[in-house]
Amino acid sequence: MENQTMTAGDETVLYGYLAEFDKVDDLLVGAATVRDAGYTKWDAHTPFVIHGLDAAMGVKKTILPYVVFGAGLTGTTAGILLQWWTNAIDYPYLISGKPLFSLPANIPVAFETTILFAAISALVGMLALNGLPRLYHPLFRSRAFKRATDDHFFISIEADDPLFDADATRELLESISGRKVEEVEDVV
Amino acid sequence: MSTTHSDTRSYLDNTGDNPAVRARLVVGDNDFHAITEKVCGIVEMPKTPKMWWVAFAISSSLTLVLFAMIGYLITTGIGVWGLNVPVGWGYAIVNFVFWVGIGHAGTLISAILFLLRQRWRTSINRFAEAMTIFAVVCAGIFPGIHVGRIWFAYWLFPIPNQMLMWPNFRSPLLWDVFAVGTYATVSLLFWYMGMIPDLASIRDRATTRLRYYIYGFLSLGWRSSNRHWHRFEFAYLLLAALATPLVLSVHSVVSFDFAVSIMPGWHTTIFPPYFVAGAIFSGFAMVVTLIIPTRKLFHLEEIITKRHLENMAKIMLATGMMVGLAYSTEFFMAWYSGNQYEAFTFLNRAFGPYAWAYWIMVTCNVVVPQVFWFSKLRNNTLILWIASVLINVGMWFERFVIVVSSLSRDYLPSSWGYYRPTAIDVLTFVGSFGLFFTLFLLFIRFLPLIGMAEVKGVMPQAHLDRPGHKGHGDYHGDIAGAEVV
Repeated sequence: MENQTMTAGDETVLYGYLAEFDKVDDLLVGAATVRDAGYTKWDAHTPFVIHGLDAAMGVKKTILPYVVFGAGLTGTTAGILLQWWTNAIDYPYLISGKPLFSLPANIPVAFETTILFAAISALVGMLALNGLPRLYHPLFRSRAFKRATDDHFFISIEADDPLFDADATRELLESISGRKVEEVEDVV
Repeated sequence: MSTTHSDTRSYLDNTGDNPAVRARLVVGDNDFHAITEKVCGIVEMPKTPKMWWVAFAISSSLTLVLFAMIGYLITTGIGVWGLNVPVGWGYAIVNFVFWVGIGHAGTLISAILFLLRQRWRTSINRFAEAMTIFAVVCAGIFPGIHVGRIWFAYWLFPIPNQMLMWPNFRSPLLWDVFAVGTYATVSLLFWYMGMIPDLASIRDRATTRLRYYIYGFLSLGWRSSNRHWHRFEFAYLLLAALATPLVLSVHSVVSFDFAVSIMPGWHTTIFPPYFVAGAIFSGFAMVVTLIIPTRKLFHLEEIITKRHLENMAKIMLATGMMVGLAYSTEFFMAWYSGNQYEAFTFLNRAFGPYAWAYWIMVTCNVVVPQVFWFSKLRNNTLILWIASVLINVGMWFERFVIVVSSLSRDYLPSSWGYYRPTAIDVLTFVGSFGLFFTLFLLFIRFLPLIGMAEVKGVMPQAHLDRPGHKGHGDYHGDIAGAEVV
């Protein structure tokens, strides 16, 4: 769908350059080249996960597993405390002379709360670390970019990158993608 | 695949067991765009197929039957069901266990097969996960309405109430609340998360403003960034690793509802693994039952290939054998334990007043899957479909046999009874199928029913064409002079 809803009075500023690829190989080579050139504020956009691209881009391993582990432990603690407080302290249940609080009977619920907390944190943590939801992004202003969720691959370099140079960056991207680079603009 | 057969076999047939040949997971002349076209095309169809409307008319009518029956139950009381003393658990519990079991295939495909690197799962995981959620919705209804005074159903949860009492955390029935609640939540998260990139595909192809906004909102602004994909994959892996023990725990906890009691025929340690195997068995049967007509209706034979169906048939064969082994182990233990009540219960199951149900169960669950030993039979779509329907029937009867036959004849002959469902029981059960299929039909019409982003990743084009890379799909070393590792 046409998404360029800019009106005449809008002031625009350069967001960055967008290079397009149609083969996985070219993208990987391109990503490694941009990485080696030392850019930091750049990204690759692919319709699916490409193995080796993290290495080619030099993406650091995410801290998400630690977040999830912490949330899981919180879930275990919450599950145990809930059962202990409700059944042994606030309303002691004396059932068949069994102890008011004993771990074995409380494991199933504690296990479920562990999984529940960890799973929620995996999704929420992933979105938060990714800065999503973010319904607007300058890249969405590019028409070609719509194919990033279909069958094309892209590399974008932001104008904010300290190494960004209007000509040199363009030359680099054009040399790796072999086609004209698109300028993506953002509304101020 | 194999060239020796190329003359006699259709290009759609990628079955076969030659370990030297890696079967294609998507057949035909498809590139990435073709996959997007096919899957998004279903959502974007300007006119809904007639068959869909017919199915929707039937299923939504049945859903109304379900709601009517629930309304009647609530306004009149639990006496409208066939429950009696001693059979206080009837259709509601049978249906609950049946529906929860159906759900298990979805998580198995999405989580366990993911951890086991079974790449063929990509074509069917979205579909199976959706089925899981809808099955759990149906399952959740039954214990909810079984409590009798449904307006007190919140007593199930640890919420302060007017009695100043807390629920008893030593009861497996409460464990069930947590297990099924967690399962429903985690399945929903997993399903939704996997769908985000595909919803973005629909957003980017939208031709109407409404579709652009709805799918744009649902896809949360996904922009296919590889930095995002990195965390996405990690989150997916973590969710799979969390869902794997979860799915095994859910039906184990459901089986504790029975095993922790002292009823003969229930009080056995085999129940948790036996229930889990049965759940996976029934879940795959339901996936096959649904996927065969769906792939035909939307012409998805190139993505959901014959090999997918064959693999599922093999899993049904394996789990069906496990279930059969569990049936015979129960009999053996009943004899070996020397416990007269236990021995009586099992003889009573096979030859007592519910023998008809028992033998339907054995026929459908143990005899029928044997056809899957033969590649001709399991690769025949019609036979596979009929077998899967029969397995669904058999698995419902398994739960019926377990619940009803044990309760109807326990220790004291003076308190024996016979349980007969009423028309309300039957209509409520049939109505739950209406709800299940209604949700399912809405899903296949409005959401991407195949995980496009995942299917694209297992296509040959997703990997390097250049020679010299090692492994399959993994990238190692350097290409074209650029050191990328």
